[in-house]
Amino acid sequence: MSAPEVVAPGSAVEVADAVRAAAADGRTMLARGAGTKSHWGGSASTVDVVLETRRLRGVAAHEPGDLVATVAAGTPLADLQGVLGLAGQRLALEAGSPSATVGGVLSSGEAGPLRLRHGTGRDLLIGVEFVRPDGVLARSGGRVVKNVAGYDVGKLLCGSYGTLGVITSATFRLHPLPVDRAWVSCPVATDALTDLVSRALDPRVHASAVEVDLTGRAGTLALLIEGSRTGVPVRAGTAVGLLGDGAAIVDQPRWWGAYPFLFDAIALKLAVGVGRVGAVADALTDAAGADIAVRGSAGAGVVHASLPGATPPADVERILRAVRTAIGGVERGSCVVLAAPEPVLRAVDRWGPVPGLELMRRVKAQFDPYHRMAAGRFVGGI
Amino acid sequence: MPPGPLDGLAEWLRGELGPDAVVTDEAARRTYECDGLTHYRSVPALVVLPEDAEGVRTVVRACRERGTPWVARGAGTGLSGGALPVADGVLIVTSRMRRILDVDLVNGRALLEPGVVNLAVSQAVAAAGWFYAPDPSSQVVCSIGGNVAENSGGAHCVKYGFTVHHVTGLEVCTSDGELVWLGTNQAGEAPGYDLVGAFVGSEGTLGIATKVAVRLLRQPEAVLTLLAAFPTVSSAGAATSDIIAAGLSPAALEIMDALAIQAAERAVSCEYPPGAGAVLIVELDGPAVEVAEERETVRRMCEAAGAFEVRVAANAAERTEIWKGRKSAFAAVGRISPSYIVQDGVIPRTALADVLSAIGDLAAAAGIRVANVFHAGDGNLHPLVLYDDDAPGQYEAAQRVSGDILELCVARGGSITGEHGVGVDKAAKLPRMFSADDLDTMQLVRCAFDPYGLANPGKVFPTPRLCGEPPRPRSAADALPAGVEIW
Repeated sequence: MSAPEVVAPGSAVEVADAVRAAAADGRTMLARGAGTKSHWGGSASTVDVVLETRRLRGVAAHEPGDLVATVAAGTPLADLQGVLGLAGQRLALEAGSPSATVGGVLSSGEAGPLRLRHGTGRDLLIGVEFVRPDGVLARSGGRVVKNVAGYDVGKLLCGSYGTLGVITSATFRLHPLPVDRAWVSCPVATDALTDLVSRALDPRVHASAVEVDLTGRAGTLALLIEGSRTGVPVRAGTAVGLLGDGAAIVDQPRWWGAYPFLFDAIALKLAVGVGRVGAVADALTDAAGADIAVRGSAGAGVVHASLPGATPPADVERILRAVRTAIGGVERGSCVVLAAPEPVLRAVDRWGPVPGLELMRRVKAQFDPYHRMAAGRFVGGI
Repeated sequence: MPPGPLDGLAEWLRGELGPDAVVTDEAARRTYECDGLTHYRSVPALVVLPEDAEGVRTVVRACRERGTPWVARGAGTGLSGGALPVADGVLIVTSRMRRILDVDLVNGRALLEPGVVNLAVSQAVAAAGWFYAPDPSSQVVCSIGGNVAENSGGAHCVKYGFTVHHVTGLEVCTSDGELVWLGTNQAGEAPGYDLVGAFVGSEGTLGIATKVAVRLLRQPEAVLTLLAAFPTVSSAGAATSDIIAAGLSPAALEIMDALAIQAAERAVSCEYPPGAGAVLIVELDGPAVEVAEERETVRRMCEAAGAFEVRVAANAAERTEIWKGRKSAFAAVGRISPSYIVQDGVIPRTALADVLSAIGDLAAAAGIRVANVFHAGDGNLHPLVLYDDDAPGQYEAAQRVSGDILELCVARGGSITGEHGVGVDKAAKLPRMFSADDLDTMQLVRCAFDPYGLANPGKVFPTPRLCGEPPRPRSAADALPAGVEIW
């Protein structure tokens, strides 16, 4: 197979032209931002053209009074935050991969600690412009926060791994930057995690994020408190009291918002009930027979885990089965393999059971009947 | 030969679901002829009230076999004709599906049947210190299933978001009669496309929700409501902008103008400060120490913007008193006008003063009165266009003013609907916001869920897409010219 052609269009219309040209020739395509998560999701089965979004760059509009901004999809998230910060605002969305672009963060469904308070990309995106796999440029949503006109196609694009089209521009609702913030942390064991998280979520503390960093059965729980100069110290004091022994006001933990895995590890994403994070971490450690690193938004029930990259495929399969059994079904949660070496990916069911998969196939068939866009990268081989 | 759309359907469903579940009597069917938007009426051929998800599936399957269109209806409080029945179709009413199936405070979730009344959710968990955030004005009667269809908001959505931000999972019945679970009940997210996000707000055109998993929140430590009286709407609007610019995130920011206040006084004697050209209601919630701080900031800003009186509710009873006028505003307008149109448009918050002044001009030019009630925090306007059916030409004039207000919203980069939905009422307006390609793209989703077009046909989209034809590459001439602004 020859190396794919690389195109880097400079505008939404040029993206549409490139996608339409590829579609006309029956060529397959993969959109790419900074490439920080190219190894996430399945490898696209064929890629004739890589469409880079790096030239789709810049904040097209920012209206501080409306707390709304429109940004080109290839803009690094950090650049956007820099612009918004000048006006004392932020997009309450963070990426564990530092150079990630706005389009990449949306497409991969990446979100950081603030998801507890502000949700993920799908909750903050109010308008989207994208190019369909047949090259048609389309929009949904708009530039106002409150809007129920038409279907919200943007929701479908979030976390779709580029399988429904190429996002060219996104409009977000913004939030004011907090005046002050503090972190409170305490040691935690997995069997006490549910109780401690429940305390950390006390409305008197009103934490913006509740994160955990575990190695095996023990680790650290940390929460972020954001607010006014008078409020934050009072709330942080309340949190210290509620969390009990060993709790203290600390600097931002070194691990805050970072994934527990390195590039060559087997990267897992566990989405479970807030009350089951500890039990699922235990199941992971038990099945692996070693202390596994688990880190993420315990307060929102979404954490990541890292298995050694050299874990044999059969062992990974066994570990996944054990963890999915502990989770107890699709309505209760999921364990997804974000990234792993090829032999592992070939051997395991990386997505696990997916609720509504048949409907998802039907959505894909409508948008991309010839499977030209990021083919095979998503659930059920979509 | 397959059976016709309604042949033997009532009898068969009676056998399957019991005699009480099927309504054929003409007078009884007529009670379902409209939703909250009463000037669209259509008597359904058959009304079915299933008791559970299986019952819904039974009806939908039977409709699929016969090619019968069907419409889902919750409490019928919608304001865009979204639950308007189809004359030769079936109306599936969820009012008997009112069980709260599970409350799980460890994971902060409740699992509900679609007929559960919105307020009942918060009531069920209030004693434990929790609540369900979306609170549309109709929350004492409207159903969760209807909220899912319309992506309902409410006075507090400026801070807490809409239904779509609080629904994590759904069991839906698609038009082929399959019950499908989407999303997650307990977890933070589920793998795959966000079909929950696509379904919420689709106005019953993708199927009918048979179970709804919602996120519950802990009640804030403190809640505080202020009412500030201003000489003019624009000064109230300026105070709103200042509050937002100061980085505050109030739970609600509501404005009523003089005419709306007058109506509310007549209806419920809310005793707002006499002589006010506008009142601004601000609700603050969160940690007590910060709410107390913000109270002073808000008071200062209101006074600086020209407020001549600021009232602070000291307790729940006084808070209810402040909200009384606002919550009754729509119905209250009936006291000052024989008829009125409730409009629902959105503008960027920063365009508020301009747009309100333009609405005043439109009203004056047409000789029509317009009362303004709006969610100032998110720019969602609810102009109440008053008219008298007995005065020749007034209804037409009111319709024109109402339509022109939406044009203003679109021209300012806003939306034709912030929370009432498109339904039948605004389907023809949707192309004002979206290109043919945009609408075609949305209908790809429709085709995936409902290729037969049986679920709530004729709503949302001005022109249905024929499903089954896969999208084809277009020629360059079909693409949108560079820089063309659609929304």
